[in-house]
Amino acid sequence: MNINTTKIISLLFFIFSAFYLYTAYQIQVFAFDENAAFNARTFPIYLGYAGLFFSGLKLVLPEPNTIKVDHKNLEYKKTVILIVIAIIYGATILKVGYFLTTSLFLFSSYYFLGERRWVLMFLLSFPFVAAFMYLLHGILDIYLRDPFLQSIGVMG
Amino acid sequence: MIEGILIGLTTALTLQNILMVMVGCFFGTIIGMLPGLGPMTAIALMIPITYGFDPATGLILMAGVYYGAVFGGSTSSILLNAPGVPGTVATSFDGYPMAQQGKAGKALAIAAWSSFAGGTLSAIYLLFMAPSLSKVSLSFRSPDYFALMILGLTAIAAFSSKGQFLKAMMMVVLGLMLASVGQDSLSDITRFTFDNMNLTDGISFVLVVMATFAMSEALTIILKRNDPTSAAKQVSLTELGSIKINKEERSKMYKTIPRSSIIGFLIGVLPGAGATIASFLAYGMERNVVNDEEKEKFGKGSVNGLSAPETANNAACSGSFVPMLTLGIPGSGTTAVMLGALLGFGVQPGPRLYMTNPEIFWSIIMSMYIGMVILLILNLPLIPYIARILAVPKNYLIPLILFFSVTGIYVMSFNNFDIYLMIGIAVVATFLRLYDFPMPPLILAFVLGGLMEENLRRSLLLSNGSWEFLWDRALTACILLTTILIVIWHVYKTMFKKTKT
Repeated sequence: MNINTTKIISLLFFIFSAFYLYTAYQIQVFAFDENAAFNARTFPIYLGYAGLFFSGLKLVLPEPNTIKVDHKNLEYKKTVILIVIAIIYGATILKVGYFLTTSLFLFSSYYFLGERRWVLMFLLSFPFVAAFMYLLHGILDIYLRDPFLQSIGVMG
Repeated sequence: MIEGILIGLTTALTLQNILMVMVGCFFGTIIGMLPGLGPMTAIALMIPITYGFDPATGLILMAGVYYGAVFGGSTSSILLNAPGVPGTVATSFDGYPMAQQGKAGKALAIAAWSSFAGGTLSAIYLLFMAPSLSKVSLSFRSPDYFALMILGLTAIAAFSSKGQFLKAMMMVVLGLMLASVGQDSLSDITRFTFDNMNLTDGISFVLVVMATFAMSEALTIILKRNDPTSAAKQVSLTELGSIKINKEERSKMYKTIPRSSIIGFLIGVLPGAGATIASFLAYGMERNVVNDEEKEKFGKGSVNGLSAPETANNAACSGSFVPMLTLGIPGSGTTAVMLGALLGFGVQPGPRLYMTNPEIFWSIIMSMYIGMVILLILNLPLIPYIARILAVPKNYLIPLILFFSVTGIYVMSFNNFDIYLMIGIAVVATFLRLYDFPMPPLILAFVLGGLMEENLRRSLLLSNGSWEFLWDRALTACILLTTILIVIWHVYKTMFKKTKT
């Protein structure tokens, strides 16, 4: 499969630009603005054409430096696991609260990346997040919503 | 100017701001030292913390992180031959061979003194140049600004890396497209929101920076963990040798530092150029200037070869503040991040910053001197200890970067959608980075997108929809001509290289 991934990315960008341009033409502007020299859709339309132009050029012109990525050496599994953990973290942070979700996120990330020094893993998750939370919430006065800590009466 | 310097000193010398410079330099040095993580990541991670401060303090902290990171990058270049930032690649040419000869301490000391001298000298140039340029830039009108932004975006694309011009231009367009999401600034009409309320206010700048730098940087490190090409060779991190520089070496540095600092500063001022080009140019120039005997030592541990790029990259950092502070147009990806943060504080950088917020303008310049002294104090005696941070396992480092990224977005919006959007952008950015699509042009374009549309709108409305505004004023025409020359030069260089091969 040596169609060259850069060309495939350029093709995807070309399609994306075409979609962007189509959407730009669909932007509703006020009736009195329709024929104005500049309205809400002018700049996006130029951008759409610019995207088509540059990605089109990349598609047609020969590739001077072909980038070869050796997929065998890439750690896809751990990367995907980490992304999934981050998504779960994002999904639960509002409902459960900052302290517990962040600490669990850090602890599980260390674990899935292969760490097994439990004490260090603990110290760099729960107490670390508590200290960071104190810095943000207590010292810098940045509000952090935490239903879990509120439910156990630690946070007001 | 004296009054300004005094205002700057009063602001910069408060206990809180000195502390911020120290924290910034220390944090920046550590992040910059870690291979793969550069000043943009370091600054991006700092943005949420700056929300608790006033704009001057926030910017002082970020400036400290910036030069700290460039400084820290040299440490991993010298000790591991794995530059933390692109601006310190040239440092490794002579720094690493010196370390292999058992003179790692000396190499680090030369780098520290050169960075200090480069940064301090360029802060002096900045002191004189910025106010004068501010006065000149007051005569700039919308067409000039529009042309200047085109120049900045083209330049950063051209200079981003060899043979990547079209890729970089695609990233510029993508950045501008991302910036166009949300309400139109004049008519309030929503664009590209697909009826999603979360997108009405547009995509947050911090989100894009965190996703394209901090988060995708972390994902790339994990992804390339087993890549043999990215494995670093080790120099002993515990026995670095003496940090003393002898008289002969000092005399070599005295000659190298002034010329490299001028090159570094001037390159830094140019939009799109920056520490990387400055350090390579200074290295190349130094090799041409020295005598034949010294020329032979280049690449094998030359003092001049190490001092020149280190001086230039720090000088370029100060230089890149000139277009940001005086024109409101960042000269590099890193200053683009800082510009975005400044806009977040409600401060509009540009020619009027000098008059409307003199305390910000002058305190940044003054804090640079303090920062350079702190960096020197921090790096010389503490370097053997700080260098051990290079041994921090990635198992801990990566989750912590992800944690700071997500926290940064969480404290801003308390919104799940933003976290998902950030993860999505980070995944796309990681994939694009694998195929050498540069990210700094995207960030620069994202920051400039709104301003660019605004200036194009004004220009077109004033000229009744005619594009003649592009050549009506001599200044606009000159800026556009420079842009065209950059493109022609780039095309010529690419074609010449092909013919040669």
